[in-house]
Amino acid sequence: MTFKQMFTSSVGKKLVMAFTGIFLVLFLVVHAGLNACIWAMDGGVTFNKAAHFMGSFIVPRILEIGLFLGIFLHIIQGYMLTLENRSKRKIGYEVNYSKGSKWYSRSMAILGTILLMFFVIHWKHFWVPSRITGVEEMDLGNGFIVHNLYAVMQDTFENVWVVLFYVIACISLGYHLAHGFQSAFKTIGVHNKRYHAMINTIGFGFAIIIPLAFALMPISFYLHWVN
Amino acid sequence: MSQNTMNLKVKVWRQKNANAQGAFVTYDVAGISDEMSFLEMMDILNERLITEGGDPVAFDHDCREGICGMCSMYINGKPHGPWQANTTCQLHMRAFKDGETIVIEPWRANSFPIVKDLTVDRSAFDRIIQAGGYISVNTGNAVDGNSLPIEKQNADDAFAAAMCIGCGACVAACKNSSAMLFLSAKVSHLALLPQGAPERKSRVLNMVAQMDKEGFGSCTNTGACEATCPKEISIANIARLNKEYLGASLSAE
Repeated sequence: MTFKQMFTSSVGKKLVMAFTGIFLVLFLVVHAGLNACIWAMDGGVTFNKAAHFMGSFIVPRILEIGLFLGIFLHIIQGYMLTLENRSKRKIGYEVNYSKGSKWYSRSMAILGTILLMFFVIHWKHFWVPSRITGVEEMDLGNGFIVHNLYAVMQDTFENVWVVLFYVIACISLGYHLAHGFQSAFKTIGVHNKRYHAMINTIGFGFAIIIPLAFALMPISFYLHWVN
Repeated sequence: MSQNTMNLKVKVWRQKNANAQGAFVTYDVAGISDEMSFLEMMDILNERLITEGGDPVAFDHDCREGICGMCSMYINGKPHGPWQANTTCQLHMRAFKDGETIVIEPWRANSFPIVKDLTVDRSAFDRIIQAGGYISVNTGNAVDGNSLPIEKQNADDAFAAAMCIGCGACVAACKNSSAMLFLSAKVSHLALLPQGAPERKSRVLNMVAQMDKEGFGSCTNTGACEATCPKEISIANIARLNKEYLGASLSAE
């Protein structure tokens, strides 16, 4: 049996979704944790330092390549699986069976598409200026000059539509995680009832706390809770 | 106990053969007792159709005791009808109200092609079983009972998985037409017992390969299969199957 056969079987394709999904879940923790520095209430000094560390240190830069690979693999495999699975029932039902499963479990592709649209806009807001087109700089003293991404956030989140779109994306993320978190662990083979219950609880909490933390960021800037 | 009679409309999928164009046909069925089973109601409808010189509705059934896995109707948007942990043959007419329209569809999945009306070809399941759902048995003398110790929990889990009657409701309920609950029940049942150990790895690899060859979809853990399964096969079996597959495929040559 080759690795190709292993990862292209129906179970293997799901393993790819699960492994990349769990990697992206870990990324969310790092991203939310670093961004929480905006609430340090020091005019963005802590946040800009954290962002500078992530942008200049070799380890996060290497991980960033892994992140992009992971995210694109998750997206492409997700769409391919959705199309493939849909093609398995050429004639649909007159009455659909919706009581046996949650709507968000059946709508992972739609929720994922909202997230993909969000990523494109999100990268345009922050990643592109930071990596390519350049942003205004901030002098932290002793010649320590960093990108003022905090100011970019302040500026971006003045627009109510942007804030609203970010909040909708966070809600989508919450529901995507509500299914994805526990499903990923089932896919990699966690079947022990004790661990299962634990993962369900952690996944539920994660699906609320992380999107809520992210949603509070644009809201905090828009309502001037931070300055 | 007094019995009530009811008049119903039955909207059934009619299709002459595998290649014909199918369509729904609505029939009136009058004077149905709420003590009848669902299949008895279908029998009454068919008797009438035969008397009138029509073609009776083809549907699968055998034991009518809920243990053989032959009956297969998708009733009012749920495989085996509205009751939990129940097969179509064990469904009774008291589940419905007078004047109701009951929509009856066949299992829908490319891997279960329609033979006629509500009868589908489920031989894909047989081929999956043939690919590895067996054990190498030494057919010598009968051994003493309990000569092979098996942990109670494993025996219970294996027995619960062995409850699968292979009806295909999991495939019918799944939005991906995935056969994973069926397959996971068959793999778990043997993987948990010492008798299943010799073929443990090749079993899961061959059965997954056959399932894919038959054209079933991938599992996305929505849980619809578990919710509709007449034998309440746990979705935890799918997670066990995934573990069996991951282990077997990593260690295979």
